[in-house]
Amino acid sequence: MQWESWSAFWEMGGAAGFVWGSYGVTFLLVALELVLVLRRRKEAVRKLLRWRRAIGKDRNGRTDARMESQ
Amino acid sequence: MTPSDRGRSLFRFAAPQVFYPLAGRLAPWFAALAAVLTLAGLWLGFFVAPTDATQGEVYRVIFIHVPAAWMSMFIYLIMAFWAAVGLVMNTRLSFIMSQALAPTGAMFCFVALWTGALWGKPTWGAYWVWDARLTSQLLLLFLYLGFIALTRAIEDPRRADRAGAIIALVGAVNVPIIYFSVQWWNTLHQGASVSLTKAPSMATTMLAGMLVMALAAWAYTIAVVLWRVRPMILERERHTEWVGALLDQESTERGGRA
Repeated sequence: MQWESWSAFWEMGGAAGFVWGSYGVTFLLVALELVLVLRRRKEAVRKLLRWRRAIGKDRNGRTDARMESQ
Repeated sequence: MTPSDRGRSLFRFAAPQVFYPLAGRLAPWFAALAAVLTLAGLWLGFFVAPTDATQGEVYRVIFIHVPAAWMSMFIYLIMAFWAAVGLVMNTRLSFIMSQALAPTGAMFCFVALWTGALWGKPTWGAYWVWDARLTSQLLLLFLYLGFIALTRAIEDPRRADRAGAIIALVGAVNVPIIYFSVQWWNTLHQGASVSLTKAPSMATTMLAGMLVMALAAWAYTIAVVLWRVRPMILERERHTEWVGALLDQESTERGGRA
């Protein structure tokens, strides 16, 4: 163990701002990227379902007869 | 290619309908691996590795800085590789892979610059200097951002793929420039801490922490890119039967819940 106490650990020998500023921003960006990436699939599915209703495909992937006759 | 050929060939994974579920199954495993490696790396970096004789505690930025910088270069090269495969073999999935890598590469590139600035201030007395290593790394960030902006700005996916692939390939020249900048020019930035030809210039526990964090960054990148590539595949392949069937299933599940 390198530290005499937890407060010595958090102080990082006087470099707390530089060390925790590096780790903090990095983990914030990683968390943000994970949230965005996991949300994007749900959004894509929602968007594609809407797109499919708009072009009038039914559940079996057939184009709606009314749309075709137009 | 007939279906039986496809079944025998390893190239079947290049088929989007095969790769999509595979990516979904693999991603959580890589994410879990990344989490375990990150915890191990942080433990090594903060509780096992000793205080640096000359720099004190601030050197502990290295456990993020070096893996992030390595990752930003690797990802760009992999991006360029998939771009080249896409241009030569005309495979749809290659361009999608290339584009799914870019945001994570840009993130690591920014992290390398950010942690470098916070490390530079106490050790060099400046957050930023226009030194060969730092300048070429900044150029890498602009290449990533340019690639992302260009591929998103062009409406026609085929043209976006090709334009992006050209930036990825031309920009790849910058990666060896970054790597060798500390040898080619007189720079403030220190030389490579780890090389294949020399013994590492650091304590074994420091090196171990850095390498474990680098593996964590690899596992994280694989997980995030596999997750990111899935919606991109669905959007590109929306006219195909398999995406149609998948959407039917999703809408039934949604309907069941409502």
